[in-house]
Amino acid sequence: MPKSEFSRRKFLGFAGTASGLVVIAGCNKDEVVSPGTLDGVDLGSGDIGILNYAYALEQLEAAFYTQVIMTQFSGISSPEATLLTDIRDHEVAHREFFKTALGDKAIQDLEVDFSSIDFSSRDSVLATAKAFEDLGVSAYNGAGRLIETADYLVLAGKIVSVEARHAALIRDLISPGSFADDTVINSDGLDGSRKPSEVLMIAQPYIKTVINGANLPTY
Amino acid sequence: MNLSNIIDEIEKADGEAFDRVNSRRSVLRNFAGVTGKAALAALPVAFGSLFKKAYAGTRGVQDVFDVLNYALTLEYLEAEFYVQSLLAPGLLSGQLAMSIQTISKHETAHVNFLKAAITAAGGTPVDKPGFDFSGGKGSGDGPFKNAFSDLGLFLAVAQAFEDTGVRAYKGRAAELLGGEAVTTAALQIHSVEARHAAHIRYMRQQLGSGVGNLQPWITGNMSGIDSELVQPSYNGEENTMQASVEITGINGFEISAESASEAFDEPLTPEQVLAIVDGFIV
Repeated sequence: MPKSEFSRRKFLGFAGTASGLVVIAGCNKDEVVSPGTLDGVDLGSGDIGILNYAYALEQLEAAFYTQVIMTQFSGISSPEATLLTDIRDHEVAHREFFKTALGDKAIQDLEVDFSSIDFSSRDSVLATAKAFEDLGVSAYNGAGRLIETADYLVLAGKIVSVEARHAALIRDLISPGSFADDTVINSDGLDGSRKPSEVLMIAQPYIKTVINGANLPTY
Repeated sequence: MNLSNIIDEIEKADGEAFDRVNSRRSVLRNFAGVTGKAALAALPVAFGSLFKKAYAGTRGVQDVFDVLNYALTLEYLEAEFYVQSLLAPGLLSGQLAMSIQTISKHETAHVNFLKAAITAAGGTPVDKPGFDFSGGKGSGDGPFKNAFSDLGLFLAVAQAFEDTGVRAYKGRAAELLGGEAVTTAALQIHSVEARHAAHIRYMRQQLGSGVGNLQPWITGNMSGIDSELVQPSYNGEENTMQASVEITGINGFEISAESASEAFDEPLTPEQVLAIVDGFIV
């Protein structure tokens, strides 16, 4: 299986091998909770927890695009390099914003695991970028209702639309016209939405540091 | 309709509460979002009561109807714009036509979704206003009168509508605090508008000249449109300060002011949005 296909499948939820390490927020009573649920980096609770959750995802995205620009895939075009550099800068800006805004409440720097990504391959890089961006959009969409402070909800809104712009562009780079196709937008014209527990499960295979979202607000 | 009165119109329409049970099921399904369908199938709660519970003790349900009807008005505008563009002889073809069909489908779905949601929750959706896509406020002779025959102009107007829509939803996010499923649905529409905006910008960059250094994201307050008339849709986007944090050069990283402005989209107030769309509504 090509690496890009492998990373896609991970995002689609086939690769649950690392899930034993994931501590899931918002488990229903009939769901199994792994022993040692207090392990890992605690995102915290309330709005701080949600902001740290966003910070964790932005760390992942920023690390990914930093690597993409450092080791550019073979055959990258000049416009592609410009667009991907822009996206890197946006993600770094998001990451550093959360770090600064959270101050001493911020979680530690996360260690990423990009061993499943072939950074020399355009297909692998763009497939991963697409998965990360669509995941990011669905993460913000699904977390918005958990935010208790109006200013933070507006901030999440300011960021999620930029993530959606990234997602659309990456999709168009892969396949022109796929910016908002039926695989990501439903028949009511609505974009994806995922709970933090679902997002962390999908993201964890790309993050060596174990993330503990057990104290996040839930719905 | 005098647009400066549209908020009053919305408030009047909302006053007559009624309920249509047969639309509840679809609204419930819709509000579950992409990932929650299985869970929702077993959820024996009507959307109306969910809606009222969501806002109990925080703010009036009426306020939320106002926000949803505001959104509906903008979605009517976009939906009608794309429907007409697809009917315009010789305007769209090939990949471009397919993309606009995709966008048109979403905008029409948003209209139907918002109407069903408002109705199911016991509110009254506002009626679709009349439109003048020339921007001439009913004269048909406004500055964009060739929008359905001049592809460049059509895409410029589409971009301005989409970017304005993204900012408009953001401008009312705070009023959706505590809105549970309603908040999620608004966000799910909002990010689709952003995908549309990015695609139209990318198409404009690929198609042509006169768009400057146009990117899928908004750089400074640049529109990439050779008309001062659209500038109110972009003013304020040059902001580089978020929650009292300066993003340019943050923590020693080489983040330019351009990138700092691109990384965050900015809200527009209802007053700003209504002024922007005023010429298009009759």
